[in-house]
Amino acid sequence: MSPSTEQLIAQIAAGAEPVKRLRPPLLRALFWLIGVAAMGAIVIPFFADFTLFAAKTRDPKFVIELAGTLLTGVAAVIAAFELSVPDRSPAWAWLPLPPLILWLGSSGYNCWRDWITLGDQGWQFGESAACFGTIVGFSLPLGVALIIFLARAKPLAPVPVAALGGLGVAGLAAFFLEFNHPIDASFLDLGWHAAAIGIVIAASSLWGRWRQANWRHE
Amino acid sequence: MADRLQGQDKETDWSRWMAAAQEGDRAAYERLLKDCLPFLRSIASRYHRTADRREDVVQDILLTLHRVRHTYDPARPFTHWLATIASRRSIDALRRRGRTEKTEIFDDQAYETFSDPEANREMSVRDETPALQAAIATLPDGQREAVELLKLRELSLIEASQQTGKSVSALKVNMHRALKALRAQLKGD
Repeated sequence: MSPSTEQLIAQIAAGAEPVKRLRPPLLRALFWLIGVAAMGAIVIPFFADFTLFAAKTRDPKFVIELAGTLLTGVAAVIAAFELSVPDRSPAWAWLPLPPLILWLGSSGYNCWRDWITLGDQGWQFGESAACFGTIVGFSLPLGVALIIFLARAKPLAPVPVAALGGLGVAGLAAFFLEFNHPIDASFLDLGWHAAAIGIVIAASSLWGRWRQANWRHE
Repeated sequence: MADRLQGQDKETDWSRWMAAAQEGDRAAYERLLKDCLPFLRSIASRYHRTADRREDVVQDILLTLHRVRHTYDPARPFTHWLATIASRRSIDALRRRGRTEKTEIFDDQAYETFSDPEANREMSVRDETPALQAAIATLPDGQREAVELLKLRELSLIEASQQTGKSVSALKVNMHRALKALRAQLKGD
């Protein structure tokens, strides 16, 4: 053993204080999701149009889209928590893919259907700008709260963790948005949603990159 | 069979020692880190050939392990947790090296070129731009001589005076005028 490594081990061991063991990632993800659900229960009634929402839920395709949105958010958050600790399989990153396909597929289908029904109106701006603002606006506090939780694990590969976290909060924000969203979504609306989600993921990934660049030992 | 049993024993010991270390048992922690050192070295050597670099990476892995020790769950295999950290940090070190090599160059002539004055003089003559050489050639004899002796051959004023038989003040004046002329000429280009 080279003297410096031996010295380092002695130094590390000598300064080892007891640490609070991290709870299993799935449990931590559930805690965080319960917190978000509680926040949603308080905030949603302030802006939701429940009559509109009830009318929309009669359409099974909307229900599929809604489920896809929620499941993408939940799955991406769980995957981010799992990947934040060292010994979890990288395959967790694929967990949000099936619901994401369901979400994007059903949104795309609904847009296409409206385009056929409404003609050129299918390409018009709906509530796009407001949707964009809502997704980014909801994602910001959710993202900060998620980063605080995820940072506890000091992830060794922060970029994928942050990107999945970004997808998670964007999915949940899009789910909240459905409570006050007009039924006739256009392709441009979908584009705005995608742009908002892309921005949230990009911003989270930037945080991840920064975190990686500043990986410091205590 | 015996190897596997030994491996299982080691896994159990390491897991137990790590759990104890999480609770602040420093002796168990030191025993664990020393015991798993060959394992860490074997992983680091898959990515890094030279002994120095491998040891640097092993030390980085040890520091990382210390930093994320709260993420180990004693209900799960310790070796897998440790091996993931070790591989991850070994790969990160490779990436860091790649980035450094992209922005820095290794110049095997750096010593001769920049530390040895003789080699430096030879190199700088080669590196001179044609414009400067042409400008020096147009100077009057006295001024050109001053530049060649004092700047290109880097003689001291006294050495140059002894070599040319001119006074130190005459050399100074010639040098001053030469620099002024060169500056004006090169600025004009």
